[in-house]
Amino acid sequence: MTVAVNPTQTGEPVFYLADEHPHPEGHSTSLGFWIYLMSDCLIFAMLFAAFGVLGANYAAGPAPKDLFDLNLVAVNTSMLLLSSITYGFAMLTMQQNKIAQTQMWLLITGLFGVAFISIELTEFAHMIHEGATPQRSAFLSAFFTLVGTHGLHVSCGLIWLVTLMVQVWRFGLIEANRRRLMCLSMFWHFLDVVWIGVFTFVYLLGVLR
Amino acid sequence: MSPDLLKLIFGRLGLDSLPLHEPILVATFVMVALGGGALFAGVTYFRLWGYLWREWFTTVDHKRIGIMYMILGIVMLLRGFADALMMRAQQALAFGGSDGFLPAHHYDQVFTAHGVIMIFFVAMPLVTGLMNYVVPLQIGARDVSFPFLNNFSFWMTVGGAVLVMASLFIGEFARTGWLAYPPLSNIGYSPDVGVDYYIWALQVAGVGTTLSGINLICTIVKLRCPGMTMMKMPVFTWTALCTNILIVASFPVLTVVLALLSLDRYVGTNFFTNDFGGSPMMYVNLIWIWGHPEVYILVLPAFGIFSEVTSTFSGKRLFGYTSMVYATVVITILSYLVWLHHFFTMGSGASVNSFFGITTMIISIPTGAKMFNWLFTMYRGRIRFELPMLWTIAFMLTFVLGGMTGVLLAVPPADFVLHNSLFLIAHFHNVIIGGVVFGAFAGINYWFPKAFGFKLDPFWGKLSFWFWVTGFYMAFMPLYVLGLMGVTRRLRVFDDPSLQIWFVIAAIGAGLVFLGILSMLMQFAVSFLRREQLKDVTGDPWDARTLEWATSSPPPDYNFAFTPVVHDNDAWWDMKRRGYQRPLTGFKPIHMPSSTGTGIILAGLATAMGFGLIWYIWWLAAASFIAMLAVGIGHTFNYHRDFDIPADDVIRTEDARTKLLAGVK
Repeated sequence: MTVAVNPTQTGEPVFYLADEHPHPEGHSTSLGFWIYLMSDCLIFAMLFAAFGVLGANYAAGPAPKDLFDLNLVAVNTSMLLLSSITYGFAMLTMQQNKIAQTQMWLLITGLFGVAFISIELTEFAHMIHEGATPQRSAFLSAFFTLVGTHGLHVSCGLIWLVTLMVQVWRFGLIEANRRRLMCLSMFWHFLDVVWIGVFTFVYLLGVLR
Repeated sequence: MSPDLLKLIFGRLGLDSLPLHEPILVATFVMVALGGGALFAGVTYFRLWGYLWREWFTTVDHKRIGIMYMILGIVMLLRGFADALMMRAQQALAFGGSDGFLPAHHYDQVFTAHGVIMIFFVAMPLVTGLMNYVVPLQIGARDVSFPFLNNFSFWMTVGGAVLVMASLFIGEFARTGWLAYPPLSNIGYSPDVGVDYYIWALQVAGVGTTLSGINLICTIVKLRCPGMTMMKMPVFTWTALCTNILIVASFPVLTVVLALLSLDRYVGTNFFTNDFGGSPMMYVNLIWIWGHPEVYILVLPAFGIFSEVTSTFSGKRLFGYTSMVYATVVITILSYLVWLHHFFTMGSGASVNSFFGITTMIISIPTGAKMFNWLFTMYRGRIRFELPMLWTIAFMLTFVLGGMTGVLLAVPPADFVLHNSLFLIAHFHNVIIGGVVFGAFAGINYWFPKAFGFKLDPFWGKLSFWFWVTGFYMAFMPLYVLGLMGVTRRLRVFDDPSLQIWFVIAAIGAGLVFLGILSMLMQFAVSFLRREQLKDVTGDPWDARTLEWATSSPPPDYNFAFTPVVHDNDAWWDMKRRGYQRPLTGFKPIHMPSSTGTGIILAGLATAMGFGLIWYIWWLAAASFIAMLAVGIGHTFNYHRDFDIPADDVIRTEDARTKLLAGVK
């Protein structure tokens, strides 16, 4: 918005806008969503810190070496990374206003997400079956909470994704829906970044320990 | 019915959960029920439910939400202060073999509830309420960035307060102290519902606080009127910005630490246990990483209020605006580097303790700079000793004292002697009452005429002021003495009769503060009755300097008929000085957000979920969670959340004000 705020330009000081336009809808959404993501990032930071403090407290129970199957985790990681790429494709097709293709890429993203969650749950079930429950040691408490919180976020993202697909299907790629897809995009990539941290800090370093 | 079925329906809630054997609680319940019943009947009789629902509960207007926050804060102040009176009376009586009148089980809940309520449900709502009300007006905006979120945040705060209040009559509250340190707060030592009430009340309210923090940051960053650069923002807006940054950067920590404690309690994990590798001190560290910034979340807006008040009532531009801003920012950053001073006795070693001792002392430098700025603003000013200014002066004297005892406690060896003593209690009441509470009262007296169109009665206000200030000193100076003599906090009975006189003095002080609170309630009542005499039609009763005084009192729904353009720090002062003429024609329709009931419904469901989790009523928790999800998603299918105030309505409102103003001249 350009207004004469310098009184010397017009001679008379301007103290109000005689002719103004309302703020466009969603004027603060991306900033607000960024700030929300940073607060969420802090939640993960705390869980990482807790894992950092407690991660070696096995209480004579199983250690990462006994539990983690890096091959499985690698497959799982690739699911999430691929879902980020396909979400990127969804955004590209959204920019070109191609509803059907956008929906298709969103669907593929969702399927990768479901695959990720399924593999994670299989891993959890396997660990619990072996007696490595969240109650077994502080290490396992911190592990299940950190990885589980990430999984919970991905699950929320999936619910959100389905909601948005319904909304795009019903109302098309209107401005509001584009904005929402953009927010989910940030959320989805953010979870990807967090997972990189989990993969490195929990799994890789854990097996090295 | 079989016990299993009962357990399925009611969880661990049973008739024995009602504290019928506690006469104090039964009497309180009767009083609350009578008062609540009278209120309910009154609202029903005058057919106000529809009005309240349409105009207040579902409103997204930042001004009304701000006022509701203030009401919540004042109501909860009464509850928190009742706890304070009970503690002071107990400690004054329980000497020479007397057990006082509070059994240990009850006393421990009282001091826990007092701390939790005063911080989360008195200080926070008062501060958030003032920010909500004033910030959009000060920056020339029509509302906050996310009006619906604002309504939702408020009701989540109410939800937390409701859970704390429910614990009074259904079950019990935590007996752990206000930060619920494990292992005491863990399931082994606190198997009852008290700590669960604590956890879910704070989790529900915490969501609201975090979202309201995000909202106000966006508002300040995005919605400032043309010309208002960052360094032209009023100082209160600056402190609000820093406070909300602190909120967003610290409340998630509280969320996590409480979530981990819940996992320990509900699932049996080992985060904070003594065995299986858990670490109780991690809880203490994490919660103070939230807790110390929290202190500044409360006091920074108070600093902002004092800045506005000092400048207005000294009739001068604020001395050292730039240094004030930088001091605020420096405090914001430093507040994250001091958390360990709350537990020097953890045993982290001399180097760590020195680091945190020094960072703590460094905070007194920007704070001292602020103090000098206020003094220099007053220097050679024409000071008007109106109520907001009186509170400000009381703050300056009291807070300096509290700050000095704080620096004393920042010295680790001294802290080893004084930690957990009444000296500490005296210190933090000294800064929180002297800083935050006096600040909130200065703010209430200052902005009340803006919100309601009439000033608060000065006689009852001054009475309240003197009762509060003298009562504060009488109540807390003895605690400094007792703390130096080695009396620790949270004690219920005493052996040494020589201590009693100090507790008696403190109790009398608390009584004076009680008179101060009553006078304040009188002040509201008398002001309402005398509203015609106290009326202000100019919108600028104090000859003030910032933009909120440029519009009418109370401001119209849209705040400003035309968005203001700002050239100076003291924008309104500049407008008055340069002969600003209020526009009388050319009004246009104004785009505004619509009211919605979703916020209160979601918060109600969240509260129900909390209640279900507290009492192990799993079906209730699950059902309200699913309902919350459904309502939340349903809300996103509503794409039409705004409306236009027609130009005719704007013209009518503005013409009415023109007539009023003409009547003044």
